[in-house]
Amino acid sequence: MRVLAIAGSLRAGSHNGRLLRAAAALLPPDAELVQFDGLKAIPPFDEDDEGAPGGAVDRWRAELEQADALLFATPEYNHSLPGTLKNAIDWASRPSTAAALRNKPAAVIGASTGMFGAVWAQAELRRSLAAAGARVIDRELPVPNADEAFAADGSLAEHEHALALGDILAELLAEARIRSAPTLATAA
Amino acid sequence: MPATATQTQLPVGTWKLDPTHSSASFAVKHMVVATFRGRFENLDATLTVGDDGAAQLVGTVDAGSIAVKDENLQAHLSAPDFFDTERYPQLRFSSSSIRRDGEELVLDGELTIKDHTHAVEARGTITDPHETLGGAVKIGVTLETVIDRTRFGLEWNAPLPKGGFALADDVSLTVELELARADAAE
Repeated sequence: MRVLAIAGSLRAGSHNGRLLRAAAALLPPDAELVQFDGLKAIPPFDEDDEGAPGGAVDRWRAELEQADALLFATPEYNHSLPGTLKNAIDWASRPSTAAALRNKPAAVIGASTGMFGAVWAQAELRRSLAAAGARVIDRELPVPNADEAFAADGSLAEHEHALALGDILAELLAEARIRSAPTLATAA
Repeated sequence: MPATATQTQLPVGTWKLDPTHSSASFAVKHMVVATFRGRFENLDATLTVGDDGAAQLVGTVDAGSIAVKDENLQAHLSAPDFFDTERYPQLRFSSSSIRRDGEELVLDGELTIKDHTHAVEARGTITDPHETLGGAVKIGVTLETVIDRTRFGLEWNAPLPKGGFALADDVSLTVELELARADAAE
């Protein structure tokens, strides 16, 4: 199972990047987490450019196509998800009948330095992903006070957070396994 | 004795769908104020009526054949938010009883959408056999029922800025079936 991980924050020391690395450590042996690092290169969505969107968009779509499941970790900017992340979803939602996100199992988690753990951003991200046709896990993981949320080894300091993240990953992988089962693969 | 007897018998035989001249559609209140309609292009149905009057109607609709006027909406309706056609390719109906009173029909049966099966009552009309072109003998059946879509796993909604929701829960389902006697059709 190939899980493509996307952090909605671009900075090198991103808490959401750390959250994804903590998730990688919780995956079973048959699953690998691959972090997508091309978010910053994706240009603003422009319908006029859809015919030849360029290498960054092509790479983003190709990564989505190759992934069995998607794991997004989003911060919260002004009570919503970052524009860069929404922009990438907009590119991947087109054309609607053959979108890269279509039917792709996706889970959303998030961390913030505030006390709400990007919970509104996660809700909006789930809604956008579902509108784009993704198979969205109906769960959230708000990790608040992100400055103190990680142990020295990079794992989640709160046991409850680690348990919840494990449950979300299990559900995500279960959806991916259903999709990769032979009956659906041949019917798709 | 009444002057005229009301027809309560269903026409004996196996009646198969003429898909070109049949339809399956839905209607749901949209944005509080209006009725939105869509349809499914591919459907199948068979009505079987034995000599003893025992009757059953079974039907299927290909979920992926949903058709609306906007391709983005069509894609959303096919997605996991709505019909999830990748995982649940068919909607199914199977009657458990059919009662006729003149032209009126009342069916009890089970409707399955997205692996959610619930009892429904459908009401409509039936027209008696009529010989059409090429010796084909046909009947017509129309049926309508109203379901709560949220019981069938179709739970998407969105709040409107001034109150209310984008979609109602109750959805009207309608089929208009042209059925040919199997012997004549084959």
